[in-house]
Amino acid sequence: MSEPLMDYDEAMERYDPVLGLEVHVELSTATKMFCACSNQFGDEPNTNTCPVCLGLPGALPVVNGSAVEAAIRIGLALNCQIAQWCRFARKNYFYPDMTKNFQTSQYDEPIAFDGSVEVELDGRPFAVPIERAHMEEDAGKLTHFGLSGRIQDADYSLIDYNRAGTPLIEIVTKPVFGAGADAPRVARAYVAMLRDLMKALGVSDVRMEQGSLRCDANVSLMPKGSVELGTRTETKNVNSLRSIERALTYEIRRQAAVLASGGKVRQETRHWHEEGFTSPGRSKEEAEDYRYFPEPDLPPVAPSREWVEQLRATLPEPPAERRKRLAAEWGFSALEMRDVVNADALDLVAETVEAGAGPQAARKWWMTDLARRANEAGVELAEVGVSPAQVAQLQELVEEGVVNDSLARKVLDGVVAGEGDPRQVVEARGLAVVSNDAVLEEAVEKAVAANADAAQKVRDGKQQAMGAIIGAVMRELGGKADAAKVRELIVKRL
Amino acid sequence: MNDLVTMTASQLSALMASGQTSAREVTEAHLAQIAAIEADVAAFLSVDSAGARRQADAVDARRAAGDALGPLAGVPIAVKDIFAYRGLPTTCGSKMLDGWMSPYDATVVKRTLDAGMVVVGKTNMDEFAMGSSTENSGYQTTHNPWDLDRVPGGSGGGSAAALAAFEAPLALGTDTGGSIRQPASVTGTVGVKPTYGGNSRYGVVAMASSLDTPGPCARTVLDAALLHEAISGWDPMDSTSINRPVPPVVEAARRADVKGLRLGVVKEFAGEGYQPGVMRRFEEALVALEGMGAQLVEVSCPHFAYALGAYYLIMPSEVSSNLARFDAMRYGVRVGDDGARDVEEVTALSREAGFGDEVKRRIIIGTYALSAGYYDAYYGSAQKVRTLIKRDFEAAFAQADALVSPTSPTTAWRLGERVDDPLAMYRADLCTIPSNLAGNAAISVPCGLSPDDDLPVGFQIMAPPLADDRLYLVAAALEGALDDARGGPLLAKLRSSVTGVKQPTLARQILDLAKEVEA
Repeated sequence: MSEPLMDYDEAMERYDPVLGLEVHVELSTATKMFCACSNQFGDEPNTNTCPVCLGLPGALPVVNGSAVEAAIRIGLALNCQIAQWCRFARKNYFYPDMTKNFQTSQYDEPIAFDGSVEVELDGRPFAVPIERAHMEEDAGKLTHFGLSGRIQDADYSLIDYNRAGTPLIEIVTKPVFGAGADAPRVARAYVAMLRDLMKALGVSDVRMEQGSLRCDANVSLMPKGSVELGTRTETKNVNSLRSIERALTYEIRRQAAVLASGGKVRQETRHWHEEGFTSPGRSKEEAEDYRYFPEPDLPPVAPSREWVEQLRATLPEPPAERRKRLAAEWGFSALEMRDVVNADALDLVAETVEAGAGPQAARKWWMTDLARRANEAGVELAEVGVSPAQVAQLQELVEEGVVNDSLARKVLDGVVAGEGDPRQVVEARGLAVVSNDAVLEEAVEKAVAANADAAQKVRDGKQQAMGAIIGAVMRELGGKADAAKVRELIVKRL
Repeated sequence: MNDLVTMTASQLSALMASGQTSAREVTEAHLAQIAAIEADVAAFLSVDSAGARRQADAVDARRAAGDALGPLAGVPIAVKDIFAYRGLPTTCGSKMLDGWMSPYDATVVKRTLDAGMVVVGKTNMDEFAMGSSTENSGYQTTHNPWDLDRVPGGSGGGSAAALAAFEAPLALGTDTGGSIRQPASVTGTVGVKPTYGGNSRYGVVAMASSLDTPGPCARTVLDAALLHEAISGWDPMDSTSINRPVPPVVEAARRADVKGLRLGVVKEFAGEGYQPGVMRRFEEALVALEGMGAQLVEVSCPHFAYALGAYYLIMPSEVSSNLARFDAMRYGVRVGDDGARDVEEVTALSREAGFGDEVKRRIIIGTYALSAGYYDAYYGSAQKVRTLIKRDFEAAFAQADALVSPTSPTTAWRLGERVDDPLAMYRADLCTIPSNLAGNAAISVPCGLSPDDDLPVGFQIMAPPLADDRLYLVAAALEGALDDARGGPLLAKLRSSVTGVKQPTLARQILDLAKEVEA
């Protein structure tokens, strides 16, 4: 499936990428956008439906006030202007997941517009300009049954309308210039920032794997020195932060190869495959005319300035300021903080600290052992299978001397395997260090006897020889001993 | 008890309240009338005898138990098939929805049932309310009881014909460009388009959302007011409904007083295309109103000339979007689903088979008008005209308390006469459309038979938004004066005016009824 690609560095020497990111955030309101149905994810298919979200003849929408409130708060958090007066619009197109065959959305009158947010890359701020944030409804969920699970070769498809009418906020950036070779990382950092922001606002579950935060990544290339925008592609199905970075890197390399060979980039939608490539979808040249017009079933939304100011007062601390505050509170160096942010571990560390662990210990767990596990499993750090509270408990066990570092890693194995909290794993697997002096002394005695040479060297003052004896004790006790305590006993014995 | 069907709703209400008759008796009388003449009039798409009897018995039981009942409890009502109603299929006159059973009731229907009214059936209509003669129904042709060779108007021809044929004393309609008023005009009945937002659209199969207005149909102004009061008012399920008290329409219908009221005669509603007999009856009505103390002023609404054009862009635009949901996926007819065709083909084949010509025509026009590159020129310009028409009304209402005109330029035309000439058909709504575009209130009340063809003429009164009560003041005064002058209601005239009746059963039935009305 792979198309010709240009080496990334070469592509960056010849072209400047221009990004455009469209992020859909599913709001976690109690009810749907235009009806009183439950907005719960994961219920039995087609149970959270009514005449309105099923688009039955005669049914009419009523705007969910909580969704409007969330939209305004999101707009404010993105430093947008909030419209004094705006309308919903109908986006007309036929698709079986749409009960009315039009989506109630917003068109030229979004609730929030003209904003800007900062993301941090390697400790440096990068400004991402925001075009708009608007309200709309989600469609039903189609599941295709056939060879690939995609619509093209499906034998049949099933529809779950539970999702139909879920409130969505679509956040669209202006063209993002000047990121250069960092463009894919900027995109990733931007979406990570939005995710954290939405979580801090308490407006969404922002779970990318469940689709409650979805990103369509647009990118085009401009030859270096050119001022004319290139033709863009829009990549869909990028369901994780990693995928955003990988998909954009792939598209940049692919487009560069097309341009370098004298070809033209087709304006089209592309589909990201986790195997590491994009494939063409619908061509925008045959793009549909959505025939937008103002939604006649809904009155305009005109939030009063007083209300907007009240909502502004409910905003959480801006991410950049929060990072600065936490670095100071935790005593992290600029480099340490940068690594934590880049690893997308800030919230995890913060939650671990909140659960009782020291900041450095929390950082160490997430940035070393857990980061390695996530990397090996190819998942996000937050999805590694260990919660911040569990990390804090593990650190507590270390500090209590119940486990040593190597035992702690075995405890993590148990937590990841779903065997419960660290204390339960220690109990179940019998992983606590041996603290019975008699048992330890017996093991030391045995080790000294079996390693007479090494024992003599230690007596002669060669401390390096101690390792062999400690190792023998550890082997004897299955690693379940405190190394410092063992050393102490050996010194005493010799 | 055959005379029960010639009585008005308020008369029936009084008889039931005093125990002289029961809801069951009243219902049986109307079911018998339907059984007797429905084959000739064909006003109903479905009749629910069992359900009607059950509802009537429930009212009688409540009355016997001493429950407080509303003024229309036990009164039969016919419901236009555009309203979602769990008791009978909701087809909207379209093959597309053949047999579709709604799982919910429209708000207006629910209020009708809550008020104790007895739903006898669902009435015929132009498919999806698109038409002015009910000939666009996907099912049957409804005949005008005044002359069975003539149209009953449309789109609510079924409801209007049911009233004129004494099959029900009350009916529900919807008015998007005149679909309540124009059928009322050509059948000698009363039809009201309330202020837009005064009545809930929830459960009304949408044609054009910004224009659709449910409203009451009756044989007298007071009955229309009683029904108006029962069904109107804010509905949280319809975001465009107005959260304000219902205007005092019943009180106005009882007061029937035009003394000192300034009535603006719209200059533009006259001239070419207006049947002389219609204009004559209209002018006589003006004289009658003046005689009762109304002050006549001439007003000009220059942009009304563009109303028809604007209407035929805005309405189809909304139609093209509102009717997109009929895709054969979840309900309604499905054609060509042989396991090999894909979704798009099945949807296309189903829409081809399920929709009639007029519906397709409007979907195509609307799709075109909303298309990129045409939107500003068509939809955008039409919305500007709409604003200008609203301003014309505002200026006119500064000079007059209410405006008056003929309801429709002509009386009922012959079946088939305009079927192949959509523009001629559209012109029937020339005088009614401006009120839909502006969202104000309007009524059609009978003002006699046209001297040139002995067919009913409708007199239209228009009032500013939320001043629906003014309609009733004027209409009730006019109705009273004309009944006095005539010596009885207009419908009593059916005897002398029925011409060319083919079906002797119908003629005999209606003539008998007319005699009773006269008596």
